[in-house]
Amino acid sequence: MIKKSFTKENFVKWVLTAFALSSLLFLFLIFAFILFEGLPLFLKIGLSKIIAGFKWAPTKGSFGIFPMIVSSFLVTFGALIIGAPMGLSCAIYLSEYSGKRMKMFLKPALELLAGIPSVVYGFLGVIYIVPLVRNYLGGSGFSLLSTSIILGVMILPTIISISFDALTSVPRTYREGSFAMGATKWQTIYRVVIPSAKSGILASFILGMGRAIGETMAVIMIAGNALRIPVSILDPLRTLTGNIALELAYATGDHRLGLFSTGVVLLVIIMILNYIANFGIKRKVIK
Amino acid sequence: MRINPRIVDAAAKVGLSGQAFFTVGILIVIVAIICVKGLPYVNMEFIVSSPEDMGRHGGIFSAIIGTGLLAFLSILFATPLGVGTAIFLTEYTKESAFTKMIRFGVESLAGIPSILYGLFGFIFFVIKLGMGWSLLAGVLTMTIMILPTIIRTSEEAIKSVPRNLRIVSYSLSATKWETVTKVVLPAAAPGILTGIMLSVGRAVGETAAVIFTMGSSLRLPTSLMDSGRTMAVHFYILAREGISMEKAYATALVLVFSILFINVIAYYIMNKVTSRYS
Repeated sequence: MIKKSFTKENFVKWVLTAFALSSLLFLFLIFAFILFEGLPLFLKIGLSKIIAGFKWAPTKGSFGIFPMIVSSFLVTFGALIIGAPMGLSCAIYLSEYSGKRMKMFLKPALELLAGIPSVVYGFLGVIYIVPLVRNYLGGSGFSLLSTSIILGVMILPTIISISFDALTSVPRTYREGSFAMGATKWQTIYRVVIPSAKSGILASFILGMGRAIGETMAVIMIAGNALRIPVSILDPLRTLTGNIALELAYATGDHRLGLFSTGVVLLVIIMILNYIANFGIKRKVIK
Repeated sequence: MRINPRIVDAAAKVGLSGQAFFTVGILIVIVAIICVKGLPYVNMEFIVSSPEDMGRHGGIFSAIIGTGLLAFLSILFATPLGVGTAIFLTEYTKESAFTKMIRFGVESLAGIPSILYGLFGFIFFVIKLGMGWSLLAGVLTMTIMILPTIIRTSEEAIKSVPRNLRIVSYSLSATKWETVTKVVLPAAAPGILTGIMLSVGRAVGETAAVIFTMGSSLRLPTSLMDSGRTMAVHFYILAREGISMEKAYATALVLVFSILFINVIAYYIMNKVTSRYS
């Protein structure tokens, strides 16, 4: 009897270990297959001709994705310029000002923004933001600016929820100490709470960047997808994600390999951002 | 010149609350636009009839079924894997290099953007494993994509089950597995359910990973090897190719409200849980 349940326990433990390992296996498979398809072209064409090349003409043997790398970072920083102050303000209001009831309403409402599918953001961007930019600022409207605005809104839930966690984990005593010195609420937030939550807030920005740089469907709808480096905020651009999504359905041969090379570059950027956010910064939060 | 700190304080309060309500306003405006533009075209016929003429006429029945099948089957695969992983991490091991590695894997999976899942699913399931654009390829890709959400929320839920419950169970001479299945999991069930609902929402709204694995066939999928179209993909094609703005708005309405409904249920369950043990 005892022996039987012992073996069953062992069996369960093995099965659960296998389940837990599946995540690592999936991660390995994703890396393996994207690298396996993407790397040959780096060897054949040369790393510098791909990541520093200016011309993307995959059917004619040019696989330069430098403009897309630059564009991806431009829209990401644009999104951050718009989303970071907005998101942080919301997080501060939620953690420091709002009452319990207000929080019960606001927090789920803000998190629901994350549930709106990216195609819907893209569509509304095309219908409302693009004409606005075209009519008031000029250009076609399919631009760095329009894309940054939509992406800025899309990364809000990430920034809000992670900054909020960082702000609420600042001990109460810090605030009480500051109030006891005669500081106002804003002085307390600005001088005590935000500096204490600094690393968590930074992590929220970096994870927001990760979301923005990986966003695809909304971007291909609004960005205009032009194959050059934008020189003004009203110029159209094509991101790494957009390049993959626009051409994957019909690409064959080296052209398809080129899209996987684009994927490799994207994967590397994303892994670096995630590593910084999860391990480079968060470690300091846990005291 | 030094500005009176009280004035700065009041200004900050107004500014911050204004920002918070502005952001909620964005959500309200999005939902309102979709309602106003979509409601006139949504009726029972739109829901239960299949698309005709690339979606120019008819409804979105096949897309609703495609979405439902994709979400349901992905959950079916991902839930045992995810909850199993969470049980392993919380109940069966101590923190070690091994659990750190698994956590790293989960965090990394969570950070990978959907287009890379699409790229991977396309080359691995669709091409190398020869599944073609099919429901199965979509489901397997989506399973991997939602796994991190299910693992994280399940882990949180299991961790929040009070230690005492476990100790009582052991004192009644229950084995570890009996304790997990009969005591811990029932107590953690609402939290796990929240994770599942959030994952359903993600599967319903996803486009980039689905379009390259499940394809975009308008026919009703009748087997796992059939291609199919989800509502999100249908909406994308309607809007991008300018097939029909009316149908696009109507599809967006059904899509967004399905997701909002699913998410609201998820938060409702979560609130019940957080009030339970605190």
